[in-house]
Amino acid sequence: MSVAVEPPKPGPAPRPELWKPLALQSWGRMAAAPCLAARPERLRELQAALAAPGGRALLPRGAGRSYGDACLNPGGAVVLTERLNRLLAFDPASGLLLAEPGVTFADLLRIFLPRGFLAPASPGTAFVTLGGAVAHDVHGKNQHLAGSIGEHIAWFDLLLADGSTSRVTPESDPALFRATIGGLGLTGILTAICLRLEPVPSNALLVRRQRVPDLDAFLAGFEANAAAPYAVGWIDALAQGAELGRGVLEVAGPSPEGLPDRPAKPRRLPFDLPGFALNRLSIAAFNELYWRRAPALAGEERVAYERFLYPLDAILDWNRLYGRGGFHQFQCVLPFREGEPALRRLLETIAAGGNASFLAVLKAMGREGVGMLSFARPGYSLALDIPARPGSAALFAALERITVEAGGRVYLAKDAWLSPQGFAAMYPEAPEFQAVRARVDPDGAFSSGLSRRLGLG
Amino acid sequence: MAAETWLILGASSAIARAFAQEAASHGAALLLAGRDMPDLEALAADLRLRHGVAATPLAWDAAELAAQPGFAAACAERAPGVLNLFLAAGAMPDQAAAEADPRLAAAMWAVNVTGPAALLGAFAPILAARKAGRVVALGSVAGDRGRKRNHLYGASKAALATFLQGYAARLAGEGVEVLCVKAGPADTAMTWALPKLPFMAQPAAMARAIWRRAAKGGGEAYVPPIWWPVMTIIRLLPRRIFNRLDF
Ligand SMILES: Cc1cc2nc3c(=O)[nH]c(=O)nc-3n(C[C@H](O)[C@H](O)[C@H](O)COP(=O)(O)OP(=O)(O)OC[C@H]3O[C@@H](n4cnc5c(N)ncnc54)[C@H](O)[C@@H]3O)c2cc1C
Ligand SMILES: NC(=O)c1ccc[n+]([C@@H]2O[C@H](COP(=O)([O-])OP(=O)(O)OC[C@H]3O[C@@H](n4cnc5c(N)ncnc54)[C@H](OP(=O)(O)O)[C@@H]3O)[C@@H](O)[C@H]2O)c1
Repeated sequence: MSVAVEPPKPGPAPRPELWKPLALQSWGRMAAAPCLAARPERLRELQAALAAPGGRALLPRGAGRSYGDACLNPGGAVVLTERLNRLLAFDPASGLLLAEPGVTFADLLRIFLPRGFLAPASPGTAFVTLGGAVAHDVHGKNQHLAGSIGEHIAWFDLLLADGSTSRVTPESDPALFRATIGGLGLTGILTAICLRLEPVPSNALLVRRQRVPDLDAFLAGFEANAAAPYAVGWIDALAQGAELGRGVLEVAGPSPEGLPDRPAKPRRLPFDLPGFALNRLSIAAFNELYWRRAPALAGEERVAYERFLYPLDAILDWNRLYGRGGFHQFQCVLPFREGEPALRRLLETIAAGGNASFLAVLKAMGREGVGMLSFARPGYSLALDIPARPGSAALFAALERITVEAGGRVYLAKDAWLSPQGFAAMYPEAPEFQAVRARVDPDGAFSSGLSRRLGLG
Repeated sequence: MAAETWLILGASSAIARAFAQEAASHGAALLLAGRDMPDLEALAADLRLRHGVAATPLAWDAAELAAQPGFAAACAERAPGVLNLFLAAGAMPDQAAAEADPRLAAAMWAVNVTGPAALLGAFAPILAARKAGRVVALGSVAGDRGRKRNHLYGASKAALATFLQGYAARLAGEGVEVLCVKAGPADTAMTWALPKLPFMAQPAAMARAIWRRAAKGGGEAYVPPIWWPVMTIIRLLPRRIFNRLDF
């Protein structure tokens, strides 16, 4: 059929509106921050979103799995990257994957583990996006050997404030490369990330779990297992005195033999628990149980990567455990030499405050992050949840002081409390970072709740 | 529905993208038609990588009426086996803006009705000759009864639905199944900036439901199914009451 009669000359194709007001939360359920939000479905829309209405400051956002204000931009504009999730190219010979920033670790696991490839570094939840992972230079339970994700990034495309897209390699623009890895979304918007996946022999690990009586035994355990690909400790943060630092040490490496595929169905926490449900007693009971369940002597078990890397993902929305008030996480890394006494002081301060916390996570890190603001460095990393309480501000100030004195640093992906002075002391390359921002974003188009709190503008 | 080709018209749409994933996961080859070529290239790469199927981007503008027969012929040549069509191209300008500027309404009409009618018309003999194929088109619940707020768009979707009824009848004896999807609100670019809509569906869930329904044959289908009772009530509302509703 051919059409003879043309209708009235059509005008330009109508485009849907990009922005709407939205109240966004962080994973720690920090106060919902009203902002304007766009959710581009494709690069064309992302480019259009660079011009935020009313000259508002812009911030890209992935899955919102950061605990504090790193993923919030109160009063500003936020660009959600979740729909930019195409896989663009993969070369099995080199393991190099090119992907859009909204691709998650869950996508990688589902698509590439059956082909024998794994993310070389993985945070504790698979919901995290690649963009978010690069922007905090995230680390996993293999940090002591594999380093953080930044070490495995070959290059990326970065949409800059002026609307141009720059392909950045460590050679083409070393400063911009190092500023963007761990760059908190403040240098531009990552539009494509080239990441080297790691070949693995199967879909499972051989895991040894062992009860550990105290902190000294823990630190010795890390040293003894320094050659194991994965090592992580779970500490009962309420144990005090002689039992301070007791917990469970998990050590793992790739298993030559795999497990049959059996997709786990995640459960969802259907409601917010009332604030009183989590008190010192209920948490102490949980922690005790967790400790008792681990064998006193190490036994070996074959465990699917998914269960080992992302244990908490089996319960969706577990942040609702803490009720509407939300919670904070404290994570720091302390140099090995000063680390042991400082760890003790941190644990004592938290336990003495009666600040109920589920298991704390202890890790030995082995490698310096490649980014100017990367968190990782050789030393002990301690992470724990602290429910929001009236006394939180004083507690976090005390933890900050202990960390600074030990020459350590606080992880910005988890942070909601750090002071500008504390930040400057912990992140000595901040001036270089600001110089790169002044070059690629002279008008300060990019900004976040966190960057303003820390004095980065 | 394995080892067939699906031609996705308006493949950059979130619903179309999700439907392409669904088809590819069942082993179908894909032709991805639309205007945003870099985006279609990226989608094609993604489908090849995830599902190992053939995926080809094609430049197509629904509003270029004279180009439709040639485009249909080119697609037929590329896909000599069973060829199925998924029509997602569509536009929904703001009612007030389209009233103020009739060219906007005309552009919408070209994408939603006249363009697809020209293309499907050109495909009719091709599909009939092959004695096989499915045509799945995204209509809308907005076409079931004209609302104050959105009746220009609603009218175009009603026109599409009526066109598809006759088109289905015409191809009924030829082994071609025609499905008009009466879609409820879906969480896409089209609805992102609108005030909260009821029973909002995620594109992936909608695509899966459409895939399952399409496997059963042609006709009309409300997706999600809750829209069948809802629209039945809305259609039956007496005019005096309906006119007082502010939606
Ligand atoms: C249960 C849980 C466990 C965790 N475990 C670990 C762990 O083991 N190790 C670890 O390192 N971290 C861990 N984290 C923290 C988490 O990995 C980081 O907060 C991560 O950045 C979250 O990514 P996201 O996709 O949610 O991004 P968001 O939280 O939404 O954003 C984080 C930052 O990324 C930036 N960003 C997002 N997308 C882009 C883009 N396209 N371009 C530029 N910048 C962008 C944002 O601007 C923001 O600064 C954990 C978090 C949770 C909730
Ligand atoms: N979202 C809903 O709530 C909803 C509800 C019911 C029905 N629908 C229908 O579902 C379909 C998909 O919509 P969506 O929600 O996914 O919104 P969308 O992302 O805006 O999709 C519309 C698609 O149409 C394409 N298009 C527009 N003009 C075109 C032209 N001249 N030629 C070729 N393609 C053109 C656009 O691509 P390019 O701009 O790249 O060409 C775009 O991919 C539409 O028909 C819509 O009416 C949507």
